[in-house]
Amino acid sequence: MYRILSPKISQKIMKSIFWVSGLITIFILLIIIGYILLKGLPVINLEFIFAEPIDSGRAGGIFPMIISTAYVTLIALLVATPLGVGAAVYLAEYAGEGRLVAAIRFGAETLSSIPSIIFGLFGLAFFVIYLDMGWSVLSGGLTLALMALPTILAASEVSIESVNKSYSEGSLALGATKWQTVYQVVVPAAMPGITTGVILGMGRAIAEAAAILYTVGAALAIPISFMDPARPLPLHLYILATEGISLDNAYGTAAVLVIIILVITVVTNTLVDRYTKKMMGR
Amino acid sequence: MDYRIEVEDLNVYFDELHILKDVSLKIRKNMVTALIGPSGCGKSTFIRTLNRMNDLIDTFRMDGTVLLDRENIYDPKVDVVELRKRVGMVFQKPNPFPKSVFDNVAYGLKVHGETDKDVLNEKVEESLKAAALWDEVKEKLDKSAMGLSGGQQQRLCIARTIAVEPEVILMDEPCSALDPISTTKIEDLIHRLKKDYTIIIVTHNMQQATRVSKHTAFFLHGEIIESGPTDRIFIEPCDKRTEDYITGRFG
Repeated sequence: MYRILSPKISQKIMKSIFWVSGLITIFILLIIIGYILLKGLPVINLEFIFAEPIDSGRAGGIFPMIISTAYVTLIALLVATPLGVGAAVYLAEYAGEGRLVAAIRFGAETLSSIPSIIFGLFGLAFFVIYLDMGWSVLSGGLTLALMALPTILAASEVSIESVNKSYSEGSLALGATKWQTVYQVVVPAAMPGITTGVILGMGRAIAEAAAILYTVGAALAIPISFMDPARPLPLHLYILATEGISLDNAYGTAAVLVIIILVITVVTNTLVDRYTKKMMGR
Repeated sequence: MDYRIEVEDLNVYFDELHILKDVSLKIRKNMVTALIGPSGCGKSTFIRTLNRMNDLIDTFRMDGTVLLDRENIYDPKVDVVELRKRVGMVFQKPNPFPKSVFDNVAYGLKVHGETDKDVLNEKVEESLKAAALWDEVKEKLDKSAMGLSGGQQQRLCIARTIAVEPEVILMDEPCSALDPISTTKIEDLIHRLKKDYTIIIVTHNMQQATRVSKHTAFFLHGEIIESGPTDRIFIEPCDKRTEDYITGRFG
């Protein structure tokens, strides 16, 4: 048979293409993070982190924004996690195949491809105006919950589905009910994947500006009650940059946001790893 | 004669497939019964009918009667959860939960409502001892069961089963995934357990059937060709097909 390339050479070429793709991906990530940190780190000091902004953010710090971010993200996860994991358990363990299931799945997929600004508009119309929650941490958090929901659902469903079926068989054969089996065997075994899903959902929520643009207000003060308006980090960053208030502080804010996300990711990965090792006896 | 299980004219279908055909078999108390036969002959389906594990399959249909202590286990009034507590099962591949050794054994007790710590401790130790595993795991009760060897995992699954004090233990080729030494340990264990439990074991290993069982039933194409005392079946089978199978001419 006639070949242009010997199998050995074509093997090598493909391998290098994959290697280069991997390398480029890491490079892009490093360049972005590196650039943000390079520009942002010089601005960051204790005052920047723990002080309130002065003169719309031209000076002072971003403490209220850090609190706002924590606040809206927490609300988003408190709402989206039980809903997403609950729906995933239903889809993976109870639903079987049917129209309702197909509809839920289609709904979740569509939801995850809707642009975030649309979520923002919906949040404005529904939470802020219709439910009269006003510009508040609650409106923003609920809007972010809607965004994080499909991510959490999809990751949890995959993870629950991939739990070894022999575990549930063993549990049912001992006389456990379906619910006991799901709650005590299947979900704990799927926990690493579910946690990863929650973290992905959190990543969507914590870094989102468009969805909260019309829902959370833009207050510079620390939000106390969840009916207070607030200004999470991405929104502050957006305002600092677009209104030409302070580009330096915008980079500083961005760097703080990136560091928060990195720390949360690393910490959860470590915890998930430890849990998996303990569970699987490695 | 004291029978634990009486199966009469059992037919099982998955969709249009007729898996078990007019199967009748009586299983005596506190004795080991071996089910032999080539792959796909319906042995596993048969024992899964006895603890209603087939109910989990949507396309499962059956007729005939299955009596456990003279009660029809397919009666609509029967609580499947209670039934599976009475009829335990050990699977082909060891399937401990990804939990600690202790939690694996305590699991069945907990789902049936036992919460007293002292009772749990006591029962877990008792069951592990009964499964000849205590000495090997007593130092690592809080370690994951997934870290045990295959043979240990299978004995753990047996311990987990006997912890809920069943009357019957179904074993679906419990040694097929194990090495010879682990297999010997499981067989010794079966010998020790038979005085307290009615054991039904599916096996592809003829020697194993002769070593562990008192009664044997030979399945072929969804029918029981022959059943009776193991000695008799293996020394002078009545049916030509049984003889062909046990002498290794097919299967």
